[in-house]
Amino acid sequence: MAKSNISFNKFYKLFNLFSILLVFISILLLLFKGLNYGVDFKGGTLIELRSTDKQITISKLRESLLNMDIGDVSVKQFGNKDDYLIKFEKKSKNANFISEIKNDLSKYLGSGFNFRRVEDVGPKVSAELLKSGIIAIGLSLAAMLFYIWIRFEWQFSLGAIFALLHDVLITLGVFSMFNLEINLSIIAAILTIVGYSMNDTVVIFDRVRENLRKFSDIKIFELTNISINETLSRTIITSITTLLALMSIYFFGGEVLKGFSLAMILGVIFGTYSSIYIANPILVFFKVSQKTILKDDKD
Amino acid sequence: MLYFSKTRIFLISLFTILFTILAISNFTKFEDNIINKKINLGLDLQGGSYLLLEIDNKPVILQKLQITATQIKKYFRNNKIFFKNFSIIDDQSISFEVNSIDNEKIKNLFEDKNNIINPYYSQYRAHQLELDISENNFRLNFSKYGLIEIKNSSLNQALEIVRRRIDEVGTNEPNVLKRGNDRILVELPGLDDPMRVKKLLGKTANLSFRFLTNDSEITFGTERLLFEDGSGDSLVSKRIILSGDNLLDAQPKMDNQTNETIVSFTLDRVGAKRFGKATSRGIGKRLGIILDGKIISAPVVRDAILGGNGQISGNFTFQSATDFALLLRSGALPAPLNIIEERSVGPDLGQDSINSGVFALIIGFFLVIIFMFFKYRIFGLIGNISLILNLLLLVGILTLFEATLTLPGIAGIILTVGMAVDANVLIFERIKEETETEKNQIIAFDNGYQKSKTAVLDANITTLIAAIILFFMGSGPIKGFSITLGIGIFTTLFSVFFIARLLTALYVIKNKNKEKLI
Repeated sequence: MAKSNISFNKFYKLFNLFSILLVFISILLLLFKGLNYGVDFKGGTLIELRSTDKQITISKLRESLLNMDIGDVSVKQFGNKDDYLIKFEKKSKNANFISEIKNDLSKYLGSGFNFRRVEDVGPKVSAELLKSGIIAIGLSLAAMLFYIWIRFEWQFSLGAIFALLHDVLITLGVFSMFNLEINLSIIAAILTIVGYSMNDTVVIFDRVRENLRKFSDIKIFELTNISINETLSRTIITSITTLLALMSIYFFGGEVLKGFSLAMILGVIFGTYSSIYIANPILVFFKVSQKTILKDDKD
Repeated sequence: MLYFSKTRIFLISLFTILFTILAISNFTKFEDNIINKKINLGLDLQGGSYLLLEIDNKPVILQKLQITATQIKKYFRNNKIFFKNFSIIDDQSISFEVNSIDNEKIKNLFEDKNNIINPYYSQYRAHQLELDISENNFRLNFSKYGLIEIKNSSLNQALEIVRRRIDEVGTNEPNVLKRGNDRILVELPGLDDPMRVKKLLGKTANLSFRFLTNDSEITFGTERLLFEDGSGDSLVSKRIILSGDNLLDAQPKMDNQTNETIVSFTLDRVGAKRFGKATSRGIGKRLGIILDGKIISAPVVRDAILGGNGQISGNFTFQSATDFALLLRSGALPAPLNIIEERSVGPDLGQDSINSGVFALIIGFFLVIIFMFFKYRIFGLIGNISLILNLLLLVGILTLFEATLTLPGIAGIILTVGMAVDANVLIFERIKEETETEKNQIIAFDNGYQKSKTAVLDANITTLIAAIILFFMGSGPIKGFSITLGIGIFTTLFSVFFIARLLTALYVIKNKNKEKLI
């Protein structure tokens, strides 16, 4: 790849406005529309059902479930056309209500189906899972902030954190907008996004720091642009290989990993973008210069 | 950075070969394998059930409180201390009033480290009960540590009973573990319908033998209990003749005369004696066999039963008799258990997940490999070799620790493939830059490695931080993801800084006179 010389810095302001807008919309969506929590975080019961009988249709399934006294039921096709996902909230006191549902269903539909997966999460556990998920994300952001602060300077640390928050908020915003389900694996995906976005930011920051040492006369506005360009081919190649891996999970990894890989794909795209257009403008904003890094630069 | 000593090359090769063999040993089918280690499949891949049980400690706490209350009253009577308004409030504290002369004495009694009524835990530096005194009114509550002690002891008891019950069901390698101080985690590989286990764990299994009475009104010593089969109720004496503690064995059997399924039981010596005495006195009465507050059956006593053997009939099917006997053998739980989380995966879904996971891994792997080869040619090849070895190392380490592989864990491996090339890309791109100003290829390559080191390390450490946090906060499948992601970082660093660098060094030194290598 020939050495690139793209004026990324010309568009700092434009893309910052764009990002602010996206983050703002995401926050509005999160506040007013909220997230579509799965059984992990909301509690309730999930049944993945596979039918071997062509007579069983989604409407028949829904009808038979509504005849049972289990409250609000949602039935959805899940990947394969013979697979259905049944979700309901009502928590029966009876420990064996799942086998009761199975019995009742076979009364209506015959025996041409089986339960492939059952998840039943009580309200106490789901509240705990949600809490530990939020703590995990908060903790990882704090740990990153701290790590970058030690390895670089506080201005870099702030730049990286804003980029991370940007990625996490927009990813959650997309999930809210399209009503995609948030479950435990999405939390894992978000934490990995945090790691990936950080990874990307660090590589550019590392170059910014090196260039700051090398050139004392170039303003940070120009310097960030040079650094972005110097690392650009790496940024693109790594994004491509990571996306190739993620796409193969998304398309071939089965239904269970779809949400997880989608969150990661979004995260990689926004993570790459934010390392350039969020992290760097913040260095410009704080007027980082050679003096900033020379204070305790002895290593 | 391009110089490798002979010993170093040897160590790198040895390490790589060792873990490659470990990795491959997963796929061999020889029984007499020297390396007898294999990666465990998580419940989501092999199918199975995961149950999280919570102990309802309220009855245990209340019972403990009642025992303490009886002890206190007995002490007061023995020592002629006057007390009034003695009561248990809200099932959680004891309250009473004493005369002001005894006030100090009683306070000292409860605060004495050697008293038996209010034990002192030296490891916590606290008593079981906390004292709250206003004038002559005493109020006793369980202290924080008192509650912890009670919960721990009931958890340990429950764990033992749960283990026994599950072992008796005979499922494949069950896992029964403590979680916190009032929860038990049960993992049952291969069992996709945990109905029977849930039924067995849902019963406290408090067994007692008590006589039914013919009174028509409830009196002080009787209570009204329902029959298990729904055929009405009866008054039962509160006096317990025998409890499940005296049971040595219980087995389902076929009664030859009636062709009915029964449960026969054997009592221990003390139990047999007591049982013999009670039955010889109570000929003609109905003896109730009561489990968890319900009458299973109430046969009329015809003869004294002296040998310590008896049988229970109660409209059993063979299955229910087997389970009933199992519950009697394994003993009573100290408190009821509630199932607060349940996840089951059928074996066919597990197999599907493995298939699609592995398929995605192969596709992702080839896409990345082809991309790298076209981008970097000979160095792409080197990168690819180090990527393949990276995967083998990762699987090898997972095998060495007999780690559990979950579906998100497979996703973690695929992600490692995608991100592992990053380090090589960073280095190769840097080398390209260096060759623009440095004509000596060896120096240029050396500089490239040297200067990209910090970026590679920093980039990987940040991902490692995320993986570590996931490991400690996540559970089950997510933990599996964090393990593969975390180990993947170490194998990536190894394969990049040792394997790929060694291969690069060998190639560059051989071709140092060529104009442009990369």
